Amino acid sequence: MSESIDLTMTLALLPEILLLVLAGLVLTFDLIWSEDRKRSLGWLTAGGLAVTLVVSMIFARPGEQAIFVWGGMLRYDWLGFTFQMLFLFGAALTALLAMDVKELGSRGEFYILMLVSTIGMSLMVSSADLIMLYLAIETTSIPMYVLAGFFKQDNKSTEAGFKYLLFGAMTSAIMLYGFSLLFGYAGTTDIYNLAFAIQAGAIETIPLMGSLFLVLVGFSFKISAVPFHFWAPDVYEGAPTPIAGFLSTASKAAGFGVLIRFFMAAFPTISTEWSNIIAIVAVATMTLGNFLAITQSNIKRMLAYSSIAHAGYILVGVATATPLGMTSVVFYLIIYLVTNLAAFGIVFTFWRTERSDEIKSYDGFSRRAPGLGLAMMVAFLSLAGMPPFGGFIAKVLVFAAAVNADMVWLAVIGVLNSIIGLYYYLIVLKHVYLYRTDADEKPVPVAVPARIALIILTFGIVLLGVAFAPWFHWSTTAASILF
Amino acid sequence: MQFPIISVIVFIPILAGLLILLIPSDRKTEIRVTALAAAAFALGLSAWLYFSYDLGVGGYQFVEQYTWLKELGISYHVGVDGMNVPLVLLTGVVMFTGVLISWGVDDRPREFFAFLFILATGVFGVFVALDMFMLFFFYEIAVFPMYLLIVIWGWKVSREYAAMKLTLYLFIGSVIALVGALAMYFASNLGTFDMIALEGAGFSAGFQKFWFPFVFMGFAILGGIWPFHNWSPDGHVAAPTAVSMFHAGVLMKLGAFAALRVGIMLLPEGAKFWMPFIILLTIVNVVYGAYIAMVQTDMKYVIGFSSVSHMGLVAMGFATLNREGMIGAGVQMFSHGVMTALFFAVVGMIYDRAHTRQIPELGGFSKKMPFVTIAFIIGGLVSMGMPGFSGFVAEFPIFMGVWKFQPWIAILASISIVITASYIIRIISKVFFGKMPEAYADHIHDVTVLDKVALALLAGILVIVGVYPSIMVPLVESGVDNILRLLGGA
Amino acid sequence: MEFIESNLLSLILFSPLAVALVIALLPAKEKTLIRWVALIGSLITLTLSLYLWFSFNPNWQVFQFEEVRVWYDAIHSSYHVGVDGISLAMVLLTTLLTPLVLLASFKIDDRVKAYMALFLILETGMLGVFLSLDLLLFFVFWEIGLVPMFFLINQWGSEKGERELWGGIKVPARAYASFKFMIYTMAGSLGLLLAIQLIGIVGATFDLPLLFERWTSLDPHSTIIGLPVGTVKTIAFWAFAIAFALKVPVWPFHTWLPDAHTEAPTAGSMILAGVLLKLGAYGFLRLVLPLYPEQARQYSGVLAFLAVLSIIFGALSSFGQTDFKRLVAYSSVNHMGFVVLGIAAAAFAQGTESATIAMNGAVLQMFNHGLSAAGMFFLVGVIYERTHTRDLNQFGGLFPLVPVYGGILIFTSMASLGLPGLNGFVSEFLVVRGTWGVGWAFPTFTALAMIGLFFTGAYILKGIKMVLHGPLNEKWVGHLSEINTREIIVMAPLMVLMLVTGVWPAWILVVINKAVTALF
Repeated sequence: MSESIDLTMTLALLPEILLLVLAGLVLTFDLIWSEDRKRSLGWLTAGGLAVTLVVSMIFARPGEQAIFVWGGMLRYDWLGFTFQMLFLFGAALTALLAMDVKELGSRGEFYILMLVSTIGMSLMVSSADLIMLYLAIETTSIPMYVLAGFFKQDNKSTEAGFKYLLFGAMTSAIMLYGFSLLFGYAGTTDIYNLAFAIQAGAIETIPLMGSLFLVLVGFSFKISAVPFHFWAPDVYEGAPTPIAGFLSTASKAAGFGVLIRFFMAAFPTISTEWSNIIAIVAVATMTLGNFLAITQSNIKRMLAYSSIAHAGYILVGVATATPLGMTSVVFYLIIYLVTNLAAFGIVFTFWRTERSDEIKSYDGFSRRAPGLGLAMMVAFLSLAGMPPFGGFIAKVLVFAAAVNADMVWLAVIGVLNSIIGLYYYLIVLKHVYLYRTDADEKPVPVAVPARIALIILTFGIVLLGVAFAPWFHWSTTAASILF
Repeated sequence: MQFPIISVIVFIPILAGLLILLIPSDRKTEIRVTALAAAAFALGLSAWLYFSYDLGVGGYQFVEQYTWLKELGISYHVGVDGMNVPLVLLTGVVMFTGVLISWGVDDRPREFFAFLFILATGVFGVFVALDMFMLFFFYEIAVFPMYLLIVIWGWKVSREYAAMKLTLYLFIGSVIALVGALAMYFASNLGTFDMIALEGAGFSAGFQKFWFPFVFMGFAILGGIWPFHNWSPDGHVAAPTAVSMFHAGVLMKLGAFAALRVGIMLLPEGAKFWMPFIILLTIVNVVYGAYIAMVQTDMKYVIGFSSVSHMGLVAMGFATLNREGMIGAGVQMFSHGVMTALFFAVVGMIYDRAHTRQIPELGGFSKKMPFVTIAFIIGGLVSMGMPGFSGFVAEFPIFMGVWKFQPWIAILASISIVITASYIIRIISKVFFGKMPEAYADHIHDVTVLDKVALALLAGILVIVGVYPSIMVPLVESGVDNILRLLGGA
Repeated sequence: MEFIESNLLSLILFSPLAVALVIALLPAKEKTLIRWVALIGSLITLTLSLYLWFSFNPNWQVFQFEEVRVWYDAIHSSYHVGVDGISLAMVLLTTLLTPLVLLASFKIDDRVKAYMALFLILETGMLGVFLSLDLLLFFVFWEIGLVPMFFLINQWGSEKGERELWGGIKVPARAYASFKFMIYTMAGSLGLLLAIQLIGIVGATFDLPLLFERWTSLDPHSTIIGLPVGTVKTIAFWAFAIAFALKVPVWPFHTWLPDAHTEAPTAGSMILAGVLLKLGAYGFLRLVLPLYPEQARQYSGVLAFLAVLSIIFGALSSFGQTDFKRLVAYSSVNHMGFVVLGIAAAAFAQGTESATIAMNGAVLQMFNHGLSAAGMFFLVGVIYERTHTRDLNQFGGLFPLVPVYGGILIFTSMASLGLPGLNGFVSEFLVVRGTWGVGWAFPTFTALAMIGLFFTGAYILKGIKMVLHGPLNEKWVGHLSEINTREIIVMAPLMVLMLVTGVWPAWILVVINKAVTALF
């Protein structure tokens, strides 16, 4: 630890530093501002996040070569940076969406917890050390436990928070055990050094695979992959909707960021084995998620299962372990974040007026709010993988990666699954567009910040789907760091 | 720089659709006029494109190419040759007449036209695509609006079931074809989705034989090939008039065309290997489809199954892999498109007045709607393959092609002509000339001028192509020559 | 003038269609105007075809006034028309009958516009068949003629009567008859269609003069589609023969005919018997004999046998009718049998003098039957219009009431019967003379045909007797008016031609003779 703190090291942490400052600001204004002005904390958070995003994009872009900083704790590279930007974007829009709900948007601690969690995610995706990684994961998770149970009066929300906590604590304990085994065998906590140890044959295959499984449990929980997906529907249903959206996008993206870094960095030599394992998990995840989604009557539960299914599609990309596969993972996550945030945002906006998340209550939605209906169609069709929306190109890339890696069977299962997906998304659209209720004339008001957020997201979905070249390019840059 | 006419044709509908969405929903007249203007513009341009294609030069013309995603070799690449330029015109015609016929849609016309136009953009895009990725991109765009159009404006009894069935069938087909397309992309080692480049990829025979059925059948589902044709009649019946016109008139061609473009043209060896099998499927289409059409009592089902039968002829023509068969199939795509659009338009007009489509319950419409009667008769004659109408021009070479391929199939398939004649005559004599039930007699009135314009346009095209085939056939012929070149002069 | 000269056939062919389009643009209420436009239009066509008749050089053995234009190049088919003596006679018959038929229909009051237009389209269709020198074009016009005829029967046919279909559904008789007509003919032409396609593939052209060489000069030891040439040709021959036999109609393919005639309007029956039936016989002459000379010779016995059965059964069935129109309808089967008999004999004895005589007879018989059958149907129509019945038992002794009509009826019947001095005799004599001199089987057939001829006399006399003679049915007194001027004008040209041809047949035989000798 003899090296001095130079500019590079600071720049590597610039997003986190700015986030910390922002959290401090929010805390301060939370104390100063009166109760009825606290709504503006949302503007502050969103604005602050936007500034962070822009400033980081301008000043903190990593170079071509990855650099280890802070004593090898963090790796300053495009992969981490890409994900960080994604989290900032997701958090900003979540803040905008949540602003106009009194129980949520007028509470300073909501914003602070979210910012802290975002810091955790940022660190997660750039960690190059097992210890740092574990700390970052916990920094991410603990605020999330609280946020999930934020509506104290609501039993479901409390249940969600508690469930999330229990599951999270258990799986992270298992993962920690895996970490310790790895350390024990290899004698290092540095993820990149682990690779050398494994290559050198320092670890027997069986213990190695065993510890690998233990680690995978923790990651699977984060990305809600089968069989560690049980929490997702209950938590999504109970948690405040913007939080559920945040959980299903940013938090899941963070999980994937860690997953691909960890496995590509630490286990390049045994990629065939883990490829097959991941492929099987992918199949199980998407199939189960899709089939269970069909039967749901609550839209948040349905979206929860659909997000499980999407985790399965992304895992297809992970399973290939090829540059194209990893690119497709990053690309998919970008699109998925935008799309799913939009979906949750609309669900949330509707809930504000209607206080219901039943799919049935969406009858006549498009007549009541044509604009929202259209946005919902865009988001859901993107989830279903229809052009000209982002979901199409994302799915094509993932399946292309599978075909490229000679895993045609995986691609075929994937495309068949996407048909099931289309089915239940269309069912929702049928409620939105076809059925009518007595309340046809009752409009669904949309608050200004939410409106801004939804417009950004909806246009984002179309933009990603049509002008996909720059994003693909960015994803390629990020993914190339892994090889 | 040359005027990007193809891009304008492709994007006019979707831009018009977005514009329509901006008009307040209660200003229905403005919405309709905007829609009509856009459709007329698209029709005008596609007609211009059709007539300015230079046969002497041949090949792909009016080509535009822009890089879309360089890393993967995806580009926006469009162009027309003799094979697809009639289909572009067909789409223009169906779109224009579809808007005319839909003038009376009163429930949310704004969304109706917007979705219809998104669909139109998808269809145009597929027909002109020279890039495989782009083809899929527009293909899906053409599929999903169907769901909403059917489910919202369709026939109340069956729309939900039919719309879902249709969408899932088509989606299954396209994603399976997509896997095949991706396999081709990687196997070529060219790093491009450009179909003209892929034509020269030289895939191994084993690869072609393995992937051909996936690609071909995936698309052929949309072309209504047996045994995956089932979605089609249900979809027709449930869809509102203009959507049925689009569906049978254009969408089914989309499947056949894509099966040709991606299946046969990129995997010629696979095509040669599988064609005897495919031709057996199409014979079922042709004869069985016609037979089922004969026993239906719902007019729309009759037309729906007749489409299955006629589209079987298209697939059969392609499956012969010889000059005559393919020329016939190319013309049949156009002819059937116009004909079936005409049929569904007429059925829609009758249903709007009688509120039933059951043939036994209808009768005597010739007295009330003489113009419609003549139009339907012309369509019927086309359907029967009556010489002098476009159906004959199309079907005759198809049968010649089949003769060359396997004579007994031609003989078997020709039975469908008589069956077709019998159900068409049955409809004509019962619905139009039978005795009008008392209940209707008073409140049935003639169709509007707009409807007549639409019918006159459709019927006129059928007669012109039938009487003077040289207006279209040389174009198709030049397109077929290109395909035959890929097939190694088979 | 030069334009007319070089496009004469196209003008003849399409002028009725043009008039039909003009009529389509006229307001439906102007019924009188429409009738006159149609009539004058058809007279223009007649004028053109008379001009053709007189400019035609009967001494050339080739097709004249040929026109070739690009039509369907992709499959090597072109718009190729031309006339020889056979088609010229038929063109004359068609263009002559059409104005008469239109004039006969002046009483039609229901949807005159559509009615007239359909007749004119029908005329174009029929002329197209006679003029085509391209196999595909031939088929085009062959089929097109069906459509107007279908609607004429279906819409303007007799309004009475019902027929029970399968499943006990009752439909109007005219719907049944028209449906039967359409489906029979379409089914019949299915084989024709397939055979044409086959020929088109093998010959790589549809042009008839070319095909006459290419198709007949195929190496008999080679194979087509895996079968020996001979087998393929035999199958194709039968496909052609059945399609044409259906149209003629030859027993046992004739069952559609009485139904169609009974239900058709008067004018429809006139044109059906007068021209449409000739299309089948013309098909034999123009296509079957030149394309399949060997097969035609080989199976001429079968054809002749069927022809004789047509003659006998046609006559017997006719004799058994009590419906006046059905009686005349079956007489067509009887008379057309002679045409086929003549063709069969000629096919057997190709190149001999007897063959030429038989062929001359057959073609002349086509022309003559066109005149007499049209006349007979018209006369049936005249009396039906006044009495609203066709039941022979309801008539009787009408001669005193309608002496002019009676005279015309007897005259026309005699022509039909084959009374020497009138046209029917000449052609039937030629046919019989021709067949008599051929081999051993044909004289037998001829002898059998004489039995038929005997019954021909019987049914015609029966018809005359039951209508004009016998005890007067009192109820018609005062109700039955005499044939009027318009109707006489319709009959006059027919009667003149019957007489002229009977007395001086050479005026037309000159034209026919050269053509039939060129057939082989």
